[in-house]
Order: sequence, then C-alpha cells, then structure tokens
Amino acid sequence: MTDTLTETTAPAAAGTAPPKPRRRLSDNVVGWLEALPLTLILLCFLVAPIIMIVIVSFWTATEFSIIPAFTFENYQYLFGSSVTYRVFLATFKYALITWACTLAIGFTVAYYLAFCIRSQTVQIAMFLLCTIPFWTSNIIRMISWIPFLGRNGIANQTLIDLGLIDQPLEWLLYSDFSVILAFVHLYTLFMVVPIFNTMMRIDKSLIEAAYDNGASGIQTLIHVIIPLTKPGIMIGTIFVITLVMGDFITVRFMSGSQKANVGRLISNDISLLQYPSAAATAVVLLLTVLIVIGILLRFVNIRKEL
Amino acid sequence: MRTGQDLELVHLTKRYGDTVAVRDINHVFENGTYVCLLGPSGCGKSTTLRMIAGHETVSGGSIVLDGQDISRLAPAQRGTAMMFQSYALFPHLSVRDNVAFSLRMKGVDKTERYRAADDMLALVDMGHLADRLPAQLSGGQQQRVALARALVTKPRVLLLDEPLSALDPFLRIRVRGELKRLQRELGISFIHVTHGQDEALALADEVVVMNNAVIEQAGPARDVFGAPKTEFVARFMGGHNVIDLDGGRYALRADEVKLAEGGRPATISLVEYQGDRVAVTAQLGESEVLALVPEAEFYANPKNPGDAVGLAWDEGRLHRLQA
Repeated sequence: MTDTLTETTAPAAAGTAPPKPRRRLSDNVVGWLEALPLTLILLCFLVAPIIMIVIVSFWTATEFSIIPAFTFENYQYLFGSSVTYRVFLATFKYALITWACTLAIGFTVAYYLAFCIRSQTVQIAMFLLCTIPFWTSNIIRMISWIPFLGRNGIANQTLIDLGLIDQPLEWLLYSDFSVILAFVHLYTLFMVVPIFNTMMRIDKSLIEAAYDNGASGIQTLIHVIIPLTKPGIMIGTIFVITLVMGDFITVRFMSGSQKANVGRLISNDISLLQYPSAAATAVVLLLTVLIVIGILLRFVNIRKEL
Repeated sequence: MRTGQDLELVHLTKRYGDTVAVRDINHVFENGTYVCLLGPSGCGKSTTLRMIAGHETVSGGSIVLDGQDISRLAPAQRGTAMMFQSYALFPHLSVRDNVAFSLRMKGVDKTERYRAADDMLALVDMGHLADRLPAQLSGGQQQRVALARALVTKPRVLLLDEPLSALDPFLRIRVRGELKRLQRELGISFIHVTHGQDEALALADEVVVMNNAVIEQAGPARDVFGAPKTEFVARFMGGHNVIDLDGGRYALRADEVKLAEGGRPATISLVEYQGDRVAVTAQLGESEVLALVPEAEFYANPKNPGDAVGLAWDEGRLHRLQA
C-alpha cells in the first residue's frame, strides 16, 4: 500500500522539484501583483483606520477640542468606571442570549433544509425564501417590529382580544426582550447559512451507517450530525457574536434608548465629540471580541471549511 | 441446502412513483454462502441490497431471515450489517471509535466496547492503526475498517455495496481474496453487489444476475458462466458469442471457438494480443464471432485482419438461449 502511494506521488514531486530561479522570481512578482489590489484596500480601509483609532485613543479632549497627546487617562477613566463593566456585561448578555436563540433556530432550519427535504429544487427555493427579509434594510426590518410590539400594537391587541391578558404587556417593546427579538430576527440567517453549508457536505451514507449501527434519531444527531456540523456552527457563532457585540442601532431603537451596550457607549461619546474616549472604548471592544473569537477557535478547527 | 436460517426474498418489489426498480423478485440466499448480485447500473441490484439492509422501504413483498419477516424492522434489528460503497466511516471518530460505534449506541461501557473493537480490528489486520482518523488511512485500510465496523454487530448476513469499486485494480484482487477468506472463517452469508463479472466469478458461491429490475439467472458461478440462459446473461458475463443458427439463437464460449481449416468460412476483422491468449474477432455472415486462442497456438500460424479463416467448434458446446 505504501509502495503504491510513493509511486503515485513521486513523479509529481519530480516534475516540480528542479527549481528554475528566473521563473520563480517572476512567479513571485506575479503573486504579489495579484495580491496587491486587495492588500491596498485592506491597508486603506481596515488597517489604517484601526491604527488611527488606537492613536486617537491616547489623545485627550475637552468639551470643544481634541488635543494630540500620549495619555492613558481615557483608559484609566474607562476601567475606573462601574458603568463600563455593567455595559460590557449587558453586551455579553445580549450576545449570549442572541447566540443561543439563533443557534437553536438556525440549526433547526438548516437541519430541516438539509436532511428533511429530498428535492434539490425545493431545497434551493426554501433557502431563497429564508433570504427574502434581506431584500430590505436592517433598520426597516427593525422598525417594523415597533407597531407590532407597541402598547397598542398588533401583539397586545390580539392577546387582549383573545382574552389572554387584561392589560397591555409593557415588556414587549423598549425592553431587553424586544432588543433580543430584533437581534434574533436580524441575525438568524447568519447562523442558517454556514450550518446549512456544512450539513450539505455531510455524506448521506454516514447517516445510514449510523442507523445501520443501531443509532436512534437522537443518537445520530448527537454523535454524528452535531460533531460534523461544528465548523459551520462556529462560523455562524463568530458572525452573530461580532455583529451583536458591535451593534448600537438595534439596541437604541428597540430599547427606546433605555438600554445600553458598548456600541451605544461609543456612539454617545461620538455625539458628544469625545473622540479619544470613544476610540479607547472601541479598542477595548475590539480586543474583547478578538479574545472571544480566539477562544472559540481553540475549540473547533474551521480551516477545513474555508 | 435449505436450513431455515436462509435469507429469502418473497415477491419483493420497489417502486419509485411509476418506475419499478425491483419487480417482484423471489430468491433464497442460502445460509453461509457468498452471493454476488451482478448486473449493469440501474438494474436494481443496489436497491435490492438496500431493501435487505433496511435503508430503502419495501413497496411490496417481504424479506424473510431465519423464518422472520424483517422487511419492516429498523436496519439494526434485522441481523444484517451493511458495508457502504464509500465506506461511510465517521470522519470525526478514530478507527477504534468507528468500530465501537454500534456498541456505544447500545450503551456498552468503554473498556468492553474497545476490547471488542480491537478484536475485530485484529481480525482485519488493522489493530496497529486503531488510533488514526479515517482520513489518515489509504482506501484499502478504510475498507477494512468499514468491514470491521459492520462485523462488530455480529450480523447473520453481511451486505456489501460495491465494496471494491473505490480501490485500484491490484488492491482489488488482493482485497477480494481477503473478503472470501473472511467469509469462510466467519461462516455467515455475504451478499456482494457488483457490476464486475470477473469479481463475481472469482468470489461467489452463487451468482445472481439482474437486469431491468428482475433476476435473469441465478446459480453457481460455473453454471451461470457455462450455461447462460438468456442473451443478456451471455453478453454480460463476457467471453461468449451470441450466434443465430438455424432459426435459433445460441451462446458459444469464445474459448471453444477454434481457428481451423475446413471450418465455417469467415474473415478476420480484429486481432488483439492479450498476453496469455489472443482475441481474434471474425465476421461470420451477419454476426461477429470472437475466438480466444491460446497465444502459442495463434503464433504457430499467425493471422492478420482481412485474412480468410475457418471457424470450428464442438456442436455440443452451443447453448440455446431463451427468446
């Protein structure tokens, strides 16, 4: 067996082995040229702004001016204030609950699409159906919840008409509930797509093999499907967590400005022209998100998915 | 010999909408035999196997194993185990965990199921690679792990769906020898689906030739090859000529055709050297006749395409085919 292996790989290796120096140089140049446009775009629009933010986070500001400096006072203020910890905690809470809900819904939808629907045409049609909400903007989808959830909105009216409640439910709108509801609504698809993608790559005969080996439906799910779907779950998790942790507009609209997360902290600072303070918060948030992703990647190797 | 422990298909039918994949087949697979289901793709052999395994519902008829109708049982309760064409090893589990999977599903504790798995891996000579992941194994090694995983359930019938098709030709011949050896040692029935007649002849105690959703012919390998009943079987088994003579249609083994002076006059159209023998194709009236001539005999008196030649055979070797 090893003999046949080496035999098949040997000629291929021999074909590429003798290096021609001039040809390699040109390959190198071509490679760099090919990478150049994207490198420039990333440098201008990703790396440069982040460096700017880091620099500005060490500046100082008064009510009406920003003064270049090298001071830690923004960070000192940030870490010295109990508000920071509460807001970060709230941000984590939103992220965690939204993640759990989108995972539960996203996994179920993806499972249904991938395993319960036999016809590929129907599969594609239903998948496109999932993307229809994305034909409108985030804000519109978010705002459309307001007349539904409001004190005299459709939800309360219906519940009162059905006689289930006497008083309108106050917590439906401008609450953590409405914030998380909007998050789940906005971001579930980001969970569905990568999970569906990984599930479609699972060889159907693996499922049959599991049944053949006496696994029940639940056992197949736990021992075969979930382990094989982990990379997709992880990619979806990264999407949802970064989106929720970086969000400020959903929290503002859906909580009627009564709830806070880190994004709103930054946006408030900016509206008060406290750019250095906003930059410091942004740097801390960025590092927090990166640490979270770093921890997630420890659990699952998503490289084979990419 | 029927023992009552046989696997029996009774009026077994599979329909997909209007198309019939398997039409009303009846067959008894004797206990402890190596059976090959042979046929071209789309003939219903895989569907039959998958119905026996329980991965395909039965549209009509029943499957009886050991006197019990198993056609509506779950795959794991049938006493059958399946080895999949792609092997279907769980990519996230080690070789040992793959083999121990069915025991884990039953709730067997870890030491015991690992012991059983290691025994089974030793049987297929894979014990030294038990900690590897399937992706780190070659095709032949994966095949053995799949075999061990199927056998660990202690099946009465092992179902193999084109088990050799993913292997290279040399490995295929070695692995089929091992399959046969295992079947003899274990003494259980193997039902092996293949589209390769050489594989079927090499392995099978009984060959079941299927075509167009029905069984064309079943019997010991020598009987099927030596006396094909229909034109399809004669052509599919290969090595046969199908000739129209005196209003009837006959099968004639290509190695029974001799090139001889004074035989039926024909014209050679193709000569192929095949190592141990030479395949000579000749035009005899309307039909083409293939003669397999031993190499030494041919080169004693070599012929070229276009040459006239006489074809002769022993009349007793002609087999009349069913219309």
